[in-house]
Amino acid sequence: MGAFILRRLALALPSLLGISVVLFAVLALAPGDPFAELATNSNVPPEVRVHLRATLGLDDPVALRYVHWLWAMLHGDWGFSFISRVDVTTLIWQRVPVTLGLIGTSQLLALAIAIPVGTLSAVKPYSWFDRIASTIALAGFSLPTFFTGILLILLFSIKLDWLPFVYRSDVEMTGWRAVVEHVRQAIMPVLVLGLFQGAGWTRYVRSAVLDVIRLDHVTTARSKGLPERRVITRHVLRNALIPVVTLVALQMPIVFGGAIVTEQIFRVPGIGSLLIDAILRNDTPVIMGVTFVFSVLVIVFNLVADLLYGLLDPRIAYR
Amino acid sequence: MTEDMLRGLVAQVRNGELPRRDFIAHMVALGVGVPLASAMLADVAHAQGGASEAPYKPTKRGGGGPLRLLLWQGPTLLNPHFATGTKDQEGSRPFYESLARYDADGVLVPVLAAEIPSRANGGIAADGLSTTWKLKKNVHWHDGQPFTADDVVFNWQYATDPAGGAFSVGFYANVRSVEKIDAFTVRVNFLKPTPIWDRSSSLWLIPKHLFSAYMGAKSREAPTNQKPVGTGPYRFVAFTPGDLVRGELNPNYHLPNRPFFDTIEIKGGGDATSAARAVLQTGEFDYAWNIQVEDSVLKTMEAAGKGRVVFKPSGNPESIFLNAADPWTEVDGERASVKSKHFAFSDPAVRKAFGLLIDRKSIEDFVYGRAATATANALNNPAQYNSKAIVAEFNVDKANALLDGAGWRRGADGVRAKDGKRLKFVFQTSINSVRQKVQAIVKQACAKAGIEVELKTVQASVFFSSDLTNPDTYGKFFADIEMFLNTRAGTDPDRFMQQWVSWEVCQKSNGWQLQNKCRWSSPEYDRLYRMSENELDPVKRAALFIQMNDMTCNAGHVVPVAVRAQVTALGKSISAPLTGWDLDLSGIHDWYRA
Repeated sequence: MGAFILRRLALALPSLLGISVVLFAVLALAPGDPFAELATNSNVPPEVRVHLRATLGLDDPVALRYVHWLWAMLHGDWGFSFISRVDVTTLIWQRVPVTLGLIGTSQLLALAIAIPVGTLSAVKPYSWFDRIASTIALAGFSLPTFFTGILLILLFSIKLDWLPFVYRSDVEMTGWRAVVEHVRQAIMPVLVLGLFQGAGWTRYVRSAVLDVIRLDHVTTARSKGLPERRVITRHVLRNALIPVVTLVALQMPIVFGGAIVTEQIFRVPGIGSLLIDAILRNDTPVIMGVTFVFSVLVIVFNLVADLLYGLLDPRIAYR
Repeated sequence: MTEDMLRGLVAQVRNGELPRRDFIAHMVALGVGVPLASAMLADVAHAQGGASEAPYKPTKRGGGGPLRLLLWQGPTLLNPHFATGTKDQEGSRPFYESLARYDADGVLVPVLAAEIPSRANGGIAADGLSTTWKLKKNVHWHDGQPFTADDVVFNWQYATDPAGGAFSVGFYANVRSVEKIDAFTVRVNFLKPTPIWDRSSSLWLIPKHLFSAYMGAKSREAPTNQKPVGTGPYRFVAFTPGDLVRGELNPNYHLPNRPFFDTIEIKGGGDATSAARAVLQTGEFDYAWNIQVEDSVLKTMEAAGKGRVVFKPSGNPESIFLNAADPWTEVDGERASVKSKHFAFSDPAVRKAFGLLIDRKSIEDFVYGRAATATANALNNPAQYNSKAIVAEFNVDKANALLDGAGWRRGADGVRAKDGKRLKFVFQTSINSVRQKVQAIVKQACAKAGIEVELKTVQASVFFSSDLTNPDTYGKFFADIEMFLNTRAGTDPDRFMQQWVSWEVCQKSNGWQLQNKCRWSSPEYDRLYRMSENELDPVKRAALFIQMNDMTCNAGHVVPVAVRAQVTALGKSISAPLTGWDLDLSGIHDWYRA
């Protein structure tokens, strides 16, 4: 297994290099200028903009800029943002807690909904519970988050005036009131993301459980006279969850990457909003930094998923 | 009105016989813009500045609770010298201050300066080569160090250090040196005599003792780049780039009873519509910046009664430009070369007819609402103060008659032609729902006059970019007609009027980076502009700018449509002196909750 991991990691290096070349090239070819705002301001002489571009090396050939970036990256220097002049690593670390907290909670919520609801639906397929759950799940993953988000804002913030819709990472209160305030502002984004993700996973859990529940070993367990509860948790769920675990593991990079649309709606200062801001302002070092972290995570979690699969199902061997 | 009469009026104001505002209203009625009228009064008692702004009422410092501001683009850095975007400039404003700021009338009022220099107080040298600023005493940086002339001199050195790459170098254009006279007096020396003596005074000043070790190439390493220590009404607490800036009341602020609020918070992110919603409908925030939202939407939000929308007049006109060069044939390997002539727009009758086909009233009523006012002037102040010399006219019949008279005959398809050349134009602008509506209105009117217009839209990031390889930028102008907004930052029209001089014409040789996109120029205009650069008398200078405006508009290559207002949402009980001539937060020390 050690050799397997090593081989996979060695294979990952050229893919990371390839990803960075493609990203850099696309960014260089895309139109735009980090100082475009200066161009429309008649009070700023054009020389100022030309000078700014020159000091940041933006006028160098693309290949040279890429080599500079790669060389610095190999030395652990991620560069600094053209726009905020802060180190890229600092910018990313500032956004990590909110992202992990909020997106992580919503993923937990999704799991907490998907596993029980999916299982119950599969245990009694085509019952009233199953039909209602399936309908809601279908609606849940068909509605995009930007729609449900605005719907929730209109209902809870504007009509009822119960919840704030602007997320503030740094509330000025302390103690319990701060905790309450944090929970209040997190409710809507977590609901939007959690329900969307949960709806999809519910369908997935349901079909996985349905596949397993008809197998012979389940019939055997039942005929042994085991209580139904035990049959479901021990013999059905454990087997049914193998593909679900893989699915969740593959979702982990997304937890880190945040949810760009939802973050934008609720003004959550997560990684997703950092990335979208950087893209809108042509802030190459930040875009490269965030997407690089993202590609590393995708590769790592793909590997983790493969390993988990083997752990859960001894029939799979690594070669 | 003759120059003598003008001088008489100015004298009356000086003697207190004529209220300043009445003088401005009078000037405006004569077609003089507010800032120009104000400039005429530059020598007159500046103590009157801020006259039209609401007076500050609170009688003690603090106690106002939190002030919550929402910018849909969050501040990304807090060093004013590198604040390339408006959002960054606003973000550092609660902490840093400038020598002076422009009020709602475009008049310079002192902040860190003890008084505004004038001829009368000897601050402005008669030869136009220097300006002397007296600084306020007893102003302290947040860390307790005194603010002195050394700091002002240092900011000039910091901005102009070539290794630093600071954007603020633009504030010191034409400045030879900033010189310390004594601890609280500085003199700004100019390279050549100039009427623009105030440009550097609106730059927010940073402390020498914290930044002097981080000049030039080391500027990025200063810890205070992200933790400002200024003289402003609020002290820095926390900052997350692109997300949140927090500050708290500065107990040693140099103005009495200020600031009113105990804490200040600037939140970033999201979009303009929901920012307006957070102020107008839910009241979660007290202020939202730059609300570019359709007026009808704003009206429904305002109905909730939690806030109001403020439209600040500014001098930024949305204009249509008719290419003076030929964009369709290459001359010396270059399209739209200044050596070529446009097949139709070289005929004054066609330009005049096109000018008659802009239905400004409909555009104002149905497209912009309160967010812009129709204008036919290039040099603008708020529309209610528009020049009388240039009158907007929408008249399809007259346009038809003009074209008939000039020999452009309608063909079988209804499109006019002359010598085998059809009046078919490509009209380009950036992708923006408002601009596309204006395009459609113009196209419709042109069709009635036998002019065929093909509409072209370009992604804004491409259209406004300086990309040399892309043919669709507004600088290259490879189309017959284009439309965009001219930003006129600040009150002085100098740089704005510079955009039609012959040496600013966009060409391949200058990378299409200059200001004159439509490539119209005239030796007479150049001459007037050169005169304005050296004219130290504000009255004569104002007259020159008006003459230049009239010339530009009559030539017809520049067709102004509407002058845009700056739109801000404010909480119901917030009193904030907002000005279209400076940053929204430039008067943050005077904000309070009634």
